Amino acid sequence: MMKGIKSLLSFISTIFRTKKHIKLGIYGPPNAGKSSIANKICKDWLGEEMSSVSPVPHETREIIVKEKIHMKRKGKEITFNLVDTPGIATKIDYEDFLKFKMNAKEAKERAKEATKGVIESIKWLDDMDCVLVVLDSTQNPYNQVNITIIGNLAARDIPVLIVGNKIDLKKSDVKRIESAFPQYPVIGISAEKGTNVEQFYEEIFKLVR
Amino acid sequence: MLTLQFIPYHELSGLDRSGKIQKILKSVKEDKIILIEGRLAAHEESELIRRTMEVIDKKFKGIEICSVDYQPKNTLLIDKIRKSIANIILNKTSGMTIIGPATVVKEIKKDPNKIELFTLEKRGKR
Repeated sequence: MMKGIKSLLSFISTIFRTKKHIKLGIYGPPNAGKSSIANKICKDWLGEEMSSVSPVPHETREIIVKEKIHMKRKGKEITFNLVDTPGIATKIDYEDFLKFKMNAKEAKERAKEATKGVIESIKWLDDMDCVLVVLDSTQNPYNQVNITIIGNLAARDIPVLIVGNKIDLKKSDVKRIESAFPQYPVIGISAEKGTNVEQFYEEIFKLVR
Repeated sequence: MLTLQFIPYHELSGLDRSGKIQKILKSVKEDKIILIEGRLAAHEESELIRRTMEVIDKKFKGIEICSVDYQPKNTLLIDKIRKSIANIILNKTSGMTIIGPATVVKEIKKDPNKIELFTLEKRGKR
């Protein structure tokens, strides 16, 4: 009798496990191009964009989830929910937004929302099944925010792919990212120009298994 | 005038995560740059960022943080193991952490071999 109940419970849990889609998170500091990458994935595989992008930091201030993205490649198929997260920062000053032609009220509101966004991003770390850590390949990768994000994912045993974005820019240096995080796979892409995107999808297939 | 406060490892090791963060933020909000012996754990760092975001206001704009590990890249495996065991026995983490208020510290630049801390030349009206 007990054995029968156990089998039934196991069967039910299997059904629910298979129905639950993998959550692929996109994390990184502000302005690394997380939303551009989310948009590229959604455009290529769903035919629609996901998030708004802007040169003003902290454009994404809330978690955005796009469900059931199906990727097909070489006879294989993966399905995942894509989670675009606000950029993680250690400081937010509303005066920085004034440089982008915002008035003080708008800048203060944006700063307030940005702080909440960072808190949400950190909270969601526990919910991810695998993560794309997006870094601006023109910037110094030894930034403490990058180290903290990757350290937290490592502590939770969450598989990581580091994406060095903006390789179309002159100052881009993907090798520097590779030497900063030698224990992780690193792929250089340009979400804006679509450079190296096929290889990027190949790496996503390896990550989401 | 800049104030640099050194916090030895034993001053934080007896505190829980919340206590450590409270102590760090208290000093940083007093405009002190703090130098901690050892490194915070990854979950402590993310909690520090989370708590920092909660307390950002007109005067306090956040923090600059940087941590380094002393372990040279070409350390032999046996030395790494020896050091890890010693750290476990002494309940210690290697390296150091620098944390400063964003209104005082403009940037902490780190590359594998050096750390540079830049302060703001002119302080804004407080």
